[in-house]
Amino acid sequence: MREKLIEFRNVSFRYGEEEPWVLKDCSFSIYKDEWVAIIGHNGSGKSTIAKLMNGLLFPQEGEIYISGKIVNQETIWEVRKEVGMVFQNPDNQFVGTTVQDDVAFGMENRGIPREDMIKRIDTSLTAVGMNDYRLTEPHRLSGGQKQRVAIAGVLAISPRVLILDEATAMLDPKGRMEIMNTVSNVQEMNQISLITITHDLREVVQAERVIVMNEGVIWDEANPREIFAKKDKLREIGLDVPFIALLAEELKKKGISMKNEPLNHNELLEDLWTLHSTM
Amino acid sequence: MNNSLIIGQYVPGNSIIHRLDPRTKITIIFSFVIFVFFANSVPSYGILTLFAIITTLVTRIPLRYILKGLTPVWFLIVFTFILHIFVTKEGSVLFEVLTLEIYSGGVIQGLAISLRFFLLILITSLLTLTTTPIEITDAIEDMLYPLNKVKFPVHELALMMSISLRFIPTLMQETEKISKAQASRGVDFRTGPFKERIKAVVPLLVPLFVSAFKRAEELAMAMEARGYQGGEGRSKLRQLKIETRDVFVYILFTCVIIGLFLTRTY
Repeated sequence: MREKLIEFRNVSFRYGEEEPWVLKDCSFSIYKDEWVAIIGHNGSGKSTIAKLMNGLLFPQEGEIYISGKIVNQETIWEVRKEVGMVFQNPDNQFVGTTVQDDVAFGMENRGIPREDMIKRIDTSLTAVGMNDYRLTEPHRLSGGQKQRVAIAGVLAISPRVLILDEATAMLDPKGRMEIMNTVSNVQEMNQISLITITHDLREVVQAERVIVMNEGVIWDEANPREIFAKKDKLREIGLDVPFIALLAEELKKKGISMKNEPLNHNELLEDLWTLHSTM
Repeated sequence: MNNSLIIGQYVPGNSIIHRLDPRTKITIIFSFVIFVFFANSVPSYGILTLFAIITTLVTRIPLRYILKGLTPVWFLIVFTFILHIFVTKEGSVLFEVLTLEIYSGGVIQGLAISLRFFLLILITSLLTLTTTPIEITDAIEDMLYPLNKVKFPVHELALMMSISLRFIPTLMQETEKISKAQASRGVDFRTGPFKERIKAVVPLLVPLFVSAFKRAEELAMAMEARGYQGGEGRSKLRQLKIETRDVFVYILFTCVIIGLFLTRTY
């Protein structure tokens, strides 16, 4: 049994007394070194989950535990040491005047000594491949580069969980690729749990587990392959099914059935060219 | 990308003046501004002018650039001079222009005040020309540190300054984007009477403000998520350090001031 890092126990949340519930009685756990994707269309409550994990919001009902500690006003600073977050807008989370100042910001807040900071800036910028830009100002960076710096800033405080809250939503396809590659590298290198929050099904393929949110409740929880197999239902709750999954479905209708649900280009190709092989 | 913007007209360089601790520069320039008013004889003005000119040359910033930067001020300097010529009525009459008598005292005083003015502007512009805005912010934070004792929010002030500096280029880009978007919808920013052009600024400013507030809100949230809880218990990456060259410059400046007091008339 792996160590439980984050646990939601019957969590409900709404933004005000009169407002509708954004989350209704949600319970789930996230384990150590795991990659979980949380997916849902706009207003499904997925971003609220991220903010609850970091103590930016507090639930009205239920409890949240981060590595065994309950999240409340007294423990938020402890919690924020363990949970790092990258937000959607690359510009609005860049605090420093240069790349290295921004990476240092989180460490400065925690009073980490300067010598230590310099070392950590170096390792975390190398991890995201931005070490050549240490003295660059934010307005000279692309969106993808800014998000990589934001990831480096989180890594520098060595949290146990990294949450990407729609971190690729405002990027172009190239920037999105950059971030997804960086993230999977980071997860391999560091011992860190990863939570990616997205509305794009293409971004869940690398995750070990997918939590699908709909209207504030957990609609489904499974591995990506199982989720991809439920195309019709996904479409019903307003999610875009990726092209490869659609293609596989059309092929199935034509009588070409594959061994398992393909997640990407290569898997589909692999399935197709080995279709008649009996090996 | 708007790369032509130079905040505070900083000119990158590697001269000794560029590398001086910003606190040294601020202290010396501030005291220079005060000591300029003590000069009252030709040699005392000479010493200060020499100091200012040598400092300017040492920065290795092209003189053309500095003089161009002073263009708007030339008018004021000349105006002060002319005003003094006509208003001050001391000393002997030199000559008459259209029934106005020009006194020697007026000319001398005009020259002195104009020179004083020129020195002040030259030396203070050297500060922003050789120091990055963020260095100035750090220096201000450090120098105002004692005010913490009287509950003056020094750290918050410095953070505000550095965040503003960081967002200036971002907001400039945004302004450009919005003005293009509005222009494509038919807003005319360039032609028409002055009143109309002022009115055209409204559809530019409103979206800019809305987005600036939204940015501020998101930035606050991101800062909080990254563990920001005010100035207490914070460490700093950027550090200011007094080097030998700073001590050397202090000694040199003290000599200049001693020279000034030896040569001024009492």
